[in-house]
Amino acid sequence: MDSNMDAKMDTKIDANTNEKTISRRQVLKGTGALVVAFNLFDPVSQVLAQVAPGAPGAANDEPQADALDSWIAIGRDGKVTVFTSKVDLGTGIETALSQIVAEELDVPFKAIHMEVGDTTKTVDQGVTAGSRTIERAGPQLRQAAAATRQQLLKMASAKLAVPIDRLTVTDGVVSVMGNGKKVSYGSLVGGKPFNVQIPATGVGWDLKVAPDARVKSPNDYKIVGTSVPRVDLPTKFTASFVYTQDVRIPGMLHGRVVRPATVNSKPASVDEDSVKDIPGIVKIVREGSFLAVVAQTEWAAIQAAKALKVTWTTPETKLPANSDAVYDYLLKTKSFAQRPVVNRGNADAAISQAAKSYEATFRWPFQMHGMMAPSCAVADVQGDKTTVYAPSQGPFDTRKRVATLLGVPEDSVQVIYREAAGCYGRLGTDDAAEDAVVMSRAVGKPVRVQWMREDEHGWEPKGPAQLLTVRAAVDASGNVVAWDFLDRSFPWTESGGQPLIASRQVGIKGQGQGALNGTGGGGDTYTFENQRIIAAAIPWVQPDPTPLRTSPLRAPGDLARVFASESFMDELAAAQGADPLQFRLHYAAKNQRAVDCLNAVGKLANWQARPAPAPAASGNIAKGRGIAVSARSTTVVAATAEVEVDRSTGEVTVKRVAVAHDCGLIINPDGLKNQIEGNVIQGTSRALMEEVKFDASGIHSLDWASYPIIRYEKIPSVDIVLIDRKDMPALGGGEPSIGPIPAAIANAIFDATGARLREAPFTPERVLAAMRSGARSTRA
Amino acid sequence: MARISLRVNNQTRVVEADPQTPLLYVLRDDLELHGPRFGCGLGQCGACTVIMDGKAVRSCSVAVSAAQNTKITTLEGLGTLEHPHPLQTAFIQEQAAQCAYCMNGMILVAKVLLDKNAHPSDDEIKQALNGNLCRCGSHLRVIRAVKRAAGEPVSA
Repeated sequence: MDSNMDAKMDTKIDANTNEKTISRRQVLKGTGALVVAFNLFDPVSQVLAQVAPGAPGAANDEPQADALDSWIAIGRDGKVTVFTSKVDLGTGIETALSQIVAEELDVPFKAIHMEVGDTTKTVDQGVTAGSRTIERAGPQLRQAAAATRQQLLKMASAKLAVPIDRLTVTDGVVSVMGNGKKVSYGSLVGGKPFNVQIPATGVGWDLKVAPDARVKSPNDYKIVGTSVPRVDLPTKFTASFVYTQDVRIPGMLHGRVVRPATVNSKPASVDEDSVKDIPGIVKIVREGSFLAVVAQTEWAAIQAAKALKVTWTTPETKLPANSDAVYDYLLKTKSFAQRPVVNRGNADAAISQAAKSYEATFRWPFQMHGMMAPSCAVADVQGDKTTVYAPSQGPFDTRKRVATLLGVPEDSVQVIYREAAGCYGRLGTDDAAEDAVVMSRAVGKPVRVQWMREDEHGWEPKGPAQLLTVRAAVDASGNVVAWDFLDRSFPWTESGGQPLIASRQVGIKGQGQGALNGTGGGGDTYTFENQRIIAAAIPWVQPDPTPLRTSPLRAPGDLARVFASESFMDELAAAQGADPLQFRLHYAAKNQRAVDCLNAVGKLANWQARPAPAPAASGNIAKGRGIAVSARSTTVVAATAEVEVDRSTGEVTVKRVAVAHDCGLIINPDGLKNQIEGNVIQGTSRALMEEVKFDASGIHSLDWASYPIIRYEKIPSVDIVLIDRKDMPALGGGEPSIGPIPAAIANAIFDATGARLREAPFTPERVLAAMRSGARSTRA
Repeated sequence: MARISLRVNNQTRVVEADPQTPLLYVLRDDLELHGPRFGCGLGQCGACTVIMDGKAVRSCSVAVSAAQNTKITTLEGLGTLEHPHPLQTAFIQEQAAQCAYCMNGMILVAKVLLDKNAHPSDDEIKQALNGNLCRCGSHLRVIRAVKRAAGEPVSA
């Protein structure tokens, strides 16, 4: 139960020690309170205590990538501590990374302990995002583990006076083949640093660590590829886990933000007397247009933030009047960046000369991350040292932003990751960290900030709206000869180091127009003779602050792109009278992994070949099935959906979803299935019901009643087939499988009713309207 | 401020609080419990659920004064890491969570359900849990965990 002990220790750290003032240097010197907190991992503290300043990894206060000691420490009892800036966002990545290290190091899984996301203890491996942790950080840790194993073998060879090639390792014990001599990792190095330098080049996701260290063949894996139970869940189910929300530090006060209703609105005047009768108010914090309340108790802060009388400026800028205005703007506004994903042949010429051509436009709304836990952070700004506890996807990015906000050197800021609820993209958690920093600076004490639900819904950065146009040409024999796909999306205005709300409110300006919404694509699974696929970013410049600011939302942009491209493929198949699966297989023939996924999901779903829509059946409930395939980064997923549509109400119920999933080598099959089930359910929710409602006066989706998400009554059953490719690297599984879900559902609705949905979400009103319009295809 | 006595997890705890304070903040901030969690403060999501006199209630929507003279059980009161309650064991066995922030509510609502109905059907489980939101999409695993805790066969 090692992992359980870790969490309990965390409790002690947060409750009883002053971890905030402990730098890695102090830890290394063994002078910090953390050593006390590590009492159950005494050997580790011994290791850390003996890494001398100036040794590799201790050249300055920050761990260096080229020092083995920055990655792995081994205690006298063989316990292994792994240091990583990759954080567990609730997906179980800590368990999967532990498996990778245990495997390569030849130690039992239970010997691994992860030190995660503390900017003073870990090397910056880049933000935890994009389903890239297994793909990028996995090899970094695997190679570090392999280098560690090599070093241990070298030490064992010297100690036992036998050549390395006569040594073998089992469960952290090195044995000499043939003569029974043994020595454990713990007795070789326990309590001491390695003081070994390893090659390391690049930064973040592209960091390469000890690339030449020899690794195991996947055929010899014993831990990787097995469904090791998650290390965090027992503590979570028994309430002994410490979320950011549970962090308490001595003298801590409680803060709540006070936000305007709409874009570019600022506090013109604040009546502090309006809250003077609420006991426990410490300060009304006002800086630039930042406004917040700090109080002794959480309840006082909540009441005061609500009761505070504020006169807000009436801004000249307004939000768009409705979603039609947004799509109109997307259509008519010139893009500031374009990414050609595929450009083959001449799509324009082929379409203008074709026997038949088709065109359709699809709409995807602003959607929310909808984190269950409103954003929360704890900050302590004390003189020349700042400590922040936050559920940051990128603790080092947060450190940089906080340092800029405070105007202090980065190394004076320590960001410590603590988990929150599943975030599914960058949302308000880093904003809350900035809020807490501004409040703590104003009152000179640690402040815990938690957004209220309306703050979260109103001010989380939204998943961008998209408008997608697809054209295709078909020759006289019914072959698709041209494909032209244009994704017009808002960028992420809040990514790439852009200042967040508090920074902007105190006067720090954002730079540039933001980054493209994801990797692009849309029909790139297929090969057409003439094919053009372009992702375009449309400027979304609203004055600060704006509640329609944008950021990556799980599988950024992919749901819309796959909805558009795979719906359109379905239309083309229907227009040619072809079975949707066979039609896809034909055009995906050059993409073997897509073909394999399509065939696997067809088998799993017992797919019988016939064209869509299904023959009309009598009765009020129409049944249909749909299919979609997509790739995100290098992971390929195919999905089928079976739906029932109530013809009288337009209500759609997704009964069953089947998924075939290929993310290369699989680390933890049950962990992966857990991710896929979650993707299917969240994807169903986003397809059927999720749309941010707003008008010129502000956001109207401010709680779970006005922004409903899926409930138990609407959950589909989920069947999964995993395609394990031992000959491939391990790739991402956190989000690719959400991509095809809305498309599969839309295609199933078409199969059931003959009605083609071109706008998400597929609400009963939209389904009824599509059924009434009777549009079956869009022959241009 | 008032002196308020609460009976939580079979212990009597006395706090000084504004009687109107929602029970949630007293449990979390004064009694330092981690089980009940703030999700919406509006009674919409269920993350703050506690069991009060045998019923699952939203602690964000109950004034602490109204919780006096009741028996309150939080997730901490079910079982511990060393001695988990059968429901907690079933949730571990089914790996029934991702972030698990909402699971406090799921487990406690399931506890109340199983106390009344030892062998609920899938539909009864869904109905009981329908008011509890989960963003990670762990619903299917939760249903399996509740069935497992009820001693029902579970298909993966």
